[in-house]
Amino acid sequence: MRNEPYEMLDPTGELSPVIRTRTPPPEGLDGMVVGLLCIAKERSEEFLDTLETGLAALGISVRRLRKPTHTKPAPADVIQDAAEHCDVVVEGLAD
Amino acid sequence: MSLIAIVKRECETCQLLAPVLAMLAGRRPLVVYSQDDPGFPPGLPGVRDDRSLETSWRHGVEIVPALLELDGGAVVARSEGWNRAEWATLTGIADLGDGLPAARPGCASRTLDPGMPERLALRYGGLAFRSRRIEVAEEADPLEIAYDRGWSDGLPVVPPTPLRVARMLAGTDREPDEVIGPIPPNLVRCTVEKAAVNAVMAGCRPEYFPVVLATIEAALRPEFSMHGLLATLWFSGPVIIVNGPVARRIGMNSGGNALGQGNRANSTIGRALQLVVRNVGGGIPGEVDRSVLGNPGKHTFCFAEDESDPRWTPLNVARGQPPGSSSVTLFHGDGVQAVGAQASRTPEALCRSLALALWAVGHPKLVRFSNAILVISPDHWAIFKSAGWGREEVERGLREALRRPADALLADAGGVAEGVDRARAGTMVDKFHEGGLLVVRAGGRGGLLSAIIGGWSAQRNPAEVRAVTHPIRT
Repeated sequence: MRNEPYEMLDPTGELSPVIRTRTPPPEGLDGMVVGLLCIAKERSEEFLDTLETGLAALGISVRRLRKPTHTKPAPADVIQDAAEHCDVVVEGLAD
Repeated sequence: MSLIAIVKRECETCQLLAPVLAMLAGRRPLVVYSQDDPGFPPGLPGVRDDRSLETSWRHGVEIVPALLELDGGAVVARSEGWNRAEWATLTGIADLGDGLPAARPGCASRTLDPGMPERLALRYGGLAFRSRRIEVAEEADPLEIAYDRGWSDGLPVVPPTPLRVARMLAGTDREPDEVIGPIPPNLVRCTVEKAAVNAVMAGCRPEYFPVVLATIEAALRPEFSMHGLLATLWFSGPVIIVNGPVARRIGMNSGGNALGQGNRANSTIGRALQLVVRNVGGGIPGEVDRSVLGNPGKHTFCFAEDESDPRWTPLNVARGQPPGSSSVTLFHGDGVQAVGAQASRTPEALCRSLALALWAVGHPKLVRFSNAILVISPDHWAIFKSAGWGREEVERGLREALRRPADALLADAGGVAEGVDRARAGTMVDKFHEGGLLVVRAGGRGGLLSAIIGGWSAQRNPAEVRAVTHPIRT
């Protein structure tokens, strides 16, 4: 446990807020590849199958990904696969 | 009016005075503070624990034992060390310390322990920063936070904690809130404090900080055109040449591998300027920085000139600074072009050989386009020196060798579209603008090799874009 908070002084021109905003979501999914990442919980695959069917019906490309266990973050090769091939990623399903 | 004494057990003079203090406490209201052991002096009840050094710091104690007279909390008289006469004046008691010498020096107060002054100033309010504070959660890595927030040039930065910044600020006499100037492209006003934050991140030591400040000032001179240099498609970044006594005092490298890695001052001073432009000015590749390819020197490019030979006029003196003074010269430069001029043995032949390589700067068929720095190595310098040449002769020899008939260089000549305006056919042309070639000495022995640092294409407008030389002050 630290006794005092660890602080750094801001080196920037301070033109943007300290609390950074998230990257905004895209305006639409046309022309994009949507990654569906299964987190290996019960019924995750079935849920993502349903999503895939719905997206395909809208003409949106899907890439299925899976991580070996929900108890740990996705391994590097899964993340890199997503970074290389996908524009957005949906992960599911937490029960 | 009250009397206080500040001591530390570790000080022999304080130990010697323990009985004096005990006797004094019996005859005057006296409060004793101990900097290292509240059980010292022994036999004296009510000794106050000043291991936090707050009282010592607030009263500006530099030597212990210190005997202070306070009026309303402010020190109105003091004696530091043991001096019977001074203590008599302060206490009104004439024969203190019977058996002791009349005077004896004290020891340094713990408030002056290495690193302590800035720590205490931060803790007790002597130093207030204006920069926002970014709190780092306990489980987070400050290095990663710095990357996440975009503060880095790609390499890790030193986390700019308040204590590190306080120490950096101790490297200058200037006030932290003094404004250096507006940093392009966002034209945010950079204070000495913001420069210190970025100098910490770059890895500078406090003694480099005056050089960093001079570098920023130089970059902001209008004729340097820092915004243009940042924004250009060309590959250049600021190249910093340091002259004068400061270079040796802070351990800069002007010898072997001077343009490369391995020397903290060389590496971090150049980096500090780049981080200021990135973080304070907001100049970032892919945004205002449109350089087609950049060059590794945009991480950092800073070296000291070799001034070991008095026959060679230093660059800053040649450019008008007083002899023996310290300066930075800023040039808009790309990377390093090695010149294998290993067969030339006379100064004239060497000038011709180096000039041939210099013709490639910018484009071999363009004149008065980019300028250049020529870095002459020790072994090449030996050839010039043995013929009695100094800077003036070297620069003249290069100038003559850099003049050619225009005809072979005309646009479309040789099947190459680039070139000199065809209207100049039949004339002689000079490769560089007047004063456009900066000549410096640096490098290690053993190779008949010198280096060219090519310049920015905008140097074709010498009225608007010039190298600058700027004094370094503390």
